[in-house]
Amino acid sequence: MITARDAGLVACQQCGQVHPLGTQVCKRCEGRLQSRDVDSLQKVWAWLIAGMIAYIPANIYPMLLTSTLVERSESTIIGGVFDLVEHGSWGIAIIVFVASVMIPVGKFVAIIYLAISVQRRSRANQHERHKAYEVVEFIGRWSMIDVFVVAILSALVQLDTIATVNPGIAAVSFALSVIFTMLSAQAFDSRLIWDVARTKE
Amino acid sequence: MHTTPLDDLVACPQCDTLHVASMLPEQTSAHCQQCGIVLMTSQPAAMARILSLALTAFIMMIAAVSFPFLTLDAGGLHNATSVIDAVLAFNDGYAFPLAVAVAFFIVVIPLMRLVALIYALGPLVREKKPRQGARKAFALAERLRPWSMAEIFIVGVTVALIKVAGLAAVTIGPAFWAFAGVVVITVLKDQLICRYSIWEALDKATA
Repeated sequence: MITARDAGLVACQQCGQVHPLGTQVCKRCEGRLQSRDVDSLQKVWAWLIAGMIAYIPANIYPMLLTSTLVERSESTIIGGVFDLVEHGSWGIAIIVFVASVMIPVGKFVAIIYLAISVQRRSRANQHERHKAYEVVEFIGRWSMIDVFVVAILSALVQLDTIATVNPGIAAVSFALSVIFTMLSAQAFDSRLIWDVARTKE
Repeated sequence: MHTTPLDDLVACPQCDTLHVASMLPEQTSAHCQQCGIVLMTSQPAAMARILSLALTAFIMMIAAVSFPFLTLDAGGLHNATSVIDAVLAFNDGYAFPLAVAVAFFIVVIPLMRLVALIYALGPLVREKKPRQGARKAFALAERLRPWSMAEIFIVGVTVALIKVAGLAAVTIGPAFWAFAGVVVITVLKDQLICRYSIWEALDKATA
């Protein structure tokens, strides 16, 4: 199989139109053309590190500030999961845990693995790595669940003195972490996974 | 050196492998030989269906932001919430940028995608020339896809409902069902979108 680049062509990633190598702008959709994004890995690492940094305060500080007649309480991401388990809502506890802990951490690991394997010019597991990239792209946005839960709870539970819920600072850092890692995944040029093996063949 | 004209070639957007495009039988899809992603699908009358689904979703979205979304009752107190209130929940001090982001993710971007699609595909369905900027509009709708998070919001709402359920009585308003409708219709619509076919259609309509 031959790549567009080997054939002296550059393909538009937005609409699939093929042009002679060196063309800058797609004639069909006016998107910017790049045979390979040479700065891809730099952008991936920059966004990824920003995302990992934002994920730290997201876990330390409270997501939700709850005050009722009898008590004031703050709950972090993990604290919220434990509360749900205590109430016996196992299903929801699992959804929140998966969305707020497993997906973000899994994403960090997956992106680090993809970036390093490309930097090392690895030729192993291309299909698996491409699958991993697709999964990361698809699943990353679902981490936003917890931010929306906080938004709905703080809008809904506003009953003067009886009970009020307000968003904590962790909601902001968590949302930033999700946005940064989404940008990191989008910056990854998946064509790099396949290039090494094809040039050696 | 090239025996096929450039317009008949398709390069896989994810791994750059070149393929020669050919007519697909109806209801089938073509996959990349190297990495396996779907390159194009062929669905009869997809364009008209995409347009009608987009119009439906647009109208339902308007309903979803105008009607009451959820109502909470506890100890004689009452609080009605709309989707806009959920966005404004972050509207104090440091969280303000988040309010803007949430507004974009759940209302503005989904609406922008729908409007862009209707604008770009409307004339094609009626077999007229595409409007000016139709290409930009369609490209935008596709680029915004990952940032449109209506379906994630509805899952978040479900989680929030279960969290509150023990503490107070929650009533689900008409906007909730409208929003759920938007989510389902958007998923159906996005499954019908084959970028390659729509670009081809835009090319044909212009020529």
